[in-house]
Amino acid sequence: MKPPKFEYYKPATLEEALNLLEEAGDDGKIIAGGQSLVPIMNMRLASPKCLIDINGLEELSYIKNEDNTLKIGTLTRQSDVEQSEMVANVCGLLAEAITQIGHVQTRNRGTIGGSIVHADPSAELPLALLTLNGSVQITSKDEVRTVAAEDFFITYLTTDIMPTEVLTEVTIPLMEEKSGYSFQEVARRHGDFALVAAACHMTVDDEGIITAVRLALGGVEAIPLLIGDAEDILTGEQLSDLLMEQVTESVEMESDPESDLHASSEYRMHLAKVLTKRVLTQAYERARG
Amino acid sequence: MGKHEIEVTINGKVYQEEVEPRMLLSDFVRDVCGLTGTHVGCEHGVCGACTINVNGSAVRSCLMFAIQADGQQVQTVEGLTSNHELTDLQKNFIECHGLQCGFCTAGILMSTEDYLEKNPNPSSKEIKEMLSGHLCRCTGYDGIVKAIEKTIEERNQSVLS
Repeated sequence: MKPPKFEYYKPATLEEALNLLEEAGDDGKIIAGGQSLVPIMNMRLASPKCLIDINGLEELSYIKNEDNTLKIGTLTRQSDVEQSEMVANVCGLLAEAITQIGHVQTRNRGTIGGSIVHADPSAELPLALLTLNGSVQITSKDEVRTVAAEDFFITYLTTDIMPTEVLTEVTIPLMEEKSGYSFQEVARRHGDFALVAAACHMTVDDEGIITAVRLALGGVEAIPLLIGDAEDILTGEQLSDLLMEQVTESVEMESDPESDLHASSEYRMHLAKVLTKRVLTQAYERARG
Repeated sequence: MGKHEIEVTINGKVYQEEVEPRMLLSDFVRDVCGLTGTHVGCEHGVCGACTINVNGSAVRSCLMFAIQADGQQVQTVEGLTSNHELTDLQKNFIECHGLQCGFCTAGILMSTEDYLEKNPNPSSKEIKEMLSGHLCRCTGYDGIVKAIEKTIEERNQSVLS
């Protein structure tokens, strides 16, 4: 359980990091918190020849609320976001999701950007980002581009990011209206990857009519899955058992979970439907206040 | 792939050593610095035995390379006190049967001290959530929770008086 040999670089600026990344080509790998990368290196599932450590780039660690958009630097530790009062006030879904990532000790080191580029299909942050209609800023030597969460995740552990690019910022649009949220997951043990996770964000008007809703599931497909039908079924309505039943039918049609050591496909589907109802109910209750 | 010279301060003492980049911080602490109080269990971040404090946060030392600790402040279980006496938390672990074989204990002590510094009055549920980052095969955790709760109570009383 020792990692293979590699060369190590610790750039002092983002520019230097991008230059190193370009020189290293396919052999290069960015390390930030290392809470996913180091385990897979220790198990020799990955053996990058060249590690570029961005932990010295303090300028990539920040949490800001600008123009009603939450902006989080890629290197911000998960525990810093967890402890941020501002995040808890303006983006409760993110705060709730973060408490369910790994353990206190891994969140102290794990970063926001790292978890998103790692793109585990049942990880919390990719699911939260998709549910909140967020996007990521990706920087290379030549350009800075922004990609919506809906387009960023491609398949298992694979995203739209190129070997010469670094994810630099995560942005989440904030809602002014009355909104509610819920993030729930089922895992075998506290801190394990979820078998299935569900997240919901919705806004309602004074009569309790749903004006906007986003529902997404993790662990049921290769990438976090937005249940697009939920928006069509629920918008303009008050939440009811009948409508929730319709949403779970869509969940069954749109997702096809795999079986593995931890859970069968049928069990994951069962969890997906149960969690869908739970997050819709909790988000609605919170939105109505 | 040569060696790099690093300088790490562990428990107030500066260690200047040459390391390969791939050397884990846990191995550096134990094998290079001889501080074997830090234990190594799973080596992929699950068991929590190797937890130490780096720059004021409890982290897994098996998920960091020693070279990443260059210039950083590290505390291990040996550094909890400077006078070779046990801390109040350590005494309560003994008193409340918070350990049997002791393999997990060093990591749990390091996590707990960091956690209590940031959250001086956690609920039982919060303590258990913090402990979920550690595997103990002996105690069933009950004694550990009791030891931590007793320590909190005693520290609160000493603040009051």
